[in-house]
Amino acid sequence: MSHPSTYVPGSAFERFLDKRLPIIRMGADFMDFPTPKNLNYWYTFGGILSLFLVIQIATGVVLAMHYTPHVDFAFWSVEHIMRDVNYGDLLRYTHSNGASMFFIAVYLHMFRGLYYGSFKEPREVLWILGVIIFVLMMATAFMGYVLPWGQMSYWGATVITSLFSAIPVVGDSIKTLLWGGFSVDNPTLNRFFALHFLLPFAIAGMVVLHIWALHVPGNTNPTGVEIKSKKDTIPFHPYYTVKDGFAIILFLIMFAVFVFYMPNVLGHADNYIEANPMVTPAHIVPEWYFLPFYAMLRAVTFDIFFIDAKLGGVLVMFGSILLLFVLPWLDRSKVRSMRYRPAAKIFFIVFVFNALWLGWLGGKPAEQPFIWQAQIATAYYFIYFLIILPLLSVLETPKELPKSISEAVLAKKKKQVEQASAAQPAE
Amino acid sequence: MMMKKPLIMKLALALLLPVSLLAMPAALAAGGGTKKVKDIEWSFEGPFGEYDKAAVQRGFQVYKQVCASCHSLKFVAFRHLGQEGGPFYVKKCPAGFPDNIDCSNPMENPAVKAIAAEYEITDGPDDSGDMFKRPGIPADYFPSPYPNDKIAIMANGVVPPDLSLMAKARSGGPDYIYSLLTGYEEVADYVQLDPGVYYNPYFPGDLSSAIKPEFLDEEGHLKDGLHVPLGGVLKMKAPLMDNMIEYADETIPATVDQYARDVAEFLMWTAEPRLESRKETGLIVLIYLIIFGGIVYASYRQLWSKVD
Repeated sequence: MSHPSTYVPGSAFERFLDKRLPIIRMGADFMDFPTPKNLNYWYTFGGILSLFLVIQIATGVVLAMHYTPHVDFAFWSVEHIMRDVNYGDLLRYTHSNGASMFFIAVYLHMFRGLYYGSFKEPREVLWILGVIIFVLMMATAFMGYVLPWGQMSYWGATVITSLFSAIPVVGDSIKTLLWGGFSVDNPTLNRFFALHFLLPFAIAGMVVLHIWALHVPGNTNPTGVEIKSKKDTIPFHPYYTVKDGFAIILFLIMFAVFVFYMPNVLGHADNYIEANPMVTPAHIVPEWYFLPFYAMLRAVTFDIFFIDAKLGGVLVMFGSILLLFVLPWLDRSKVRSMRYRPAAKIFFIVFVFNALWLGWLGGKPAEQPFIWQAQIATAYYFIYFLIILPLLSVLETPKELPKSISEAVLAKKKKQVEQASAAQPAE
Repeated sequence: MMMKKPLIMKLALALLLPVSLLAMPAALAAGGGTKKVKDIEWSFEGPFGEYDKAAVQRGFQVYKQVCASCHSLKFVAFRHLGQEGGPFYVKKCPAGFPDNIDCSNPMENPAVKAIAAEYEITDGPDDSGDMFKRPGIPADYFPSPYPNDKIAIMANGVVPPDLSLMAKARSGGPDYIYSLLTGYEEVADYVQLDPGVYYNPYFPGDLSSAIKPEFLDEEGHLKDGLHVPLGGVLKMKAPLMDNMIEYADETIPATVDQYARDVAEFLMWTAEPRLESRKETGLIVLIYLIIFGGIVYASYRQLWSKVD
């Protein structure tokens, strides 16, 4: 890693191992990693996400031991888990709500990155790896939702896999390949199960690269000013293990409230009805974390030249994610943190509300007035990335940046002291 | 202090206004197709809520005597009735039972064994290759009222849905079940129903195509002052009637309202048999996390007080 190692092997065994596989040194350097001393709670979601990946894999592996990936038994085996497997209800609710928590954390983590400009030079690869993780997460969550083989599982799978048929020339072949046949059926369930088991390990691998890419340039921080001297940093352990730890516990409290007291509130009632290819649900909606993208998919209700509405929707939906890959080259402003970018800050806040609005629209039926609203919200999503951010990089005059992280921290402390003394009249 | 805002800031602020305006008509536009379910206070609600075991037992009686003639309960086994949290669970055998019987074990629970034995289960094939019937044991699942879906459709026009998960498979859950069972009413006289279907304002559906033609104007709209009734039609006629079931406890009213409450409570239990143990675990987990969180927060403050 990019900082000088301070590890001194203490015992004969450590000296032996250090020459052959310096794994203890790696862990020690990891713990000792110089981290900006001004990271706020928005920077704790990386740790939270790592924990949730572990929770999902651990509960998922045990669930897989009791689950049967067959159209005749999948729904039954989930009920078997809920009723007969020891702690099976907790395992399943932890896993299903854990997916939701994973997405809450990842969205906050991404908003953090957008606001503080964490994707900018020299962290482009770190950001791209993050977007890859996000895409893998979406694929994994989507396939996981199919496994219980309820009505929403089946119809959600049908709707989303059918999207691929919009792709010209190869679309139908892709769809058939995904289905393993000519409709969503047992082969689909089987391959989704296999991939749902595999992809989390691919995510884990990408997370290793993501953290590696983090440890080369080091963390950003709320000022966006790079580390200048040792005074700007503190060792990761114990300072951030304890801060991340506290944030993780708060997050787990919220998680526990969902798992133990309202485990089905984030799900859909229809998924407790066994899949029935002969009965289509009144409203097919994906899980809440896909709703903004679902709204963008359905916002395109018109043909654009030779592109029909269906393909247009698919392009918009996938485009909204692919766009994130090139974000470091769209926002060229040298100032990372939007703390010092007053105009960008407002457009960003609008972007966050716009994303929430898209999520709300995604849960509504595809009819007016929701369609034109979704069109406006979709337009803003793209305009923000493709026009506003590139233009702002040129037009905006940022505020003056602090000279260093420690200067910013000291200025903040001084301000707090002044405010405190102003509040108490002098004796 | 007045500051001159640069043009780009003005543009940004101007953007906020239409966004807030746009959200408003959307909130007003929502409309429901069914009547809002009645909000019942259930004993199992809230962080400490538990099932009312007597109500679940009565609800089981309603299921057995009324619902079971058409509806299956295929994910529930007799033994579940005697598991912890179940309506017939007992910690200890009643007096007079031999010591080697453990009534907390659902397989040995006398009430569960008696219930199971009332059912006839098809088993086999035996050594000569024939299927045979035998009385149920606690390990058996509730048998379906119909041998297959075709017969169910022949008898009812549709397959009556399985009830095991009904309290989770409809939005509104037990409130919906109660509302549906008590909500049957005469449909407005300008609606023409097909024979064999029954109107219920809580059942999802759309009656706009069932309006009698004399109540429509030339453009096919409903005449002034009329509206399409909420809800829809289903093939199940109102299944409950006052005094149709005799409860052992005579202080409990023999009314449709009471039957509906009890059967909804029973179906909540069949859908979520581990609700009580889940909430108990949750309480311990939360207490643990809050204490642990407090300790970690204190360490955090102490450690960080030395930074700078």
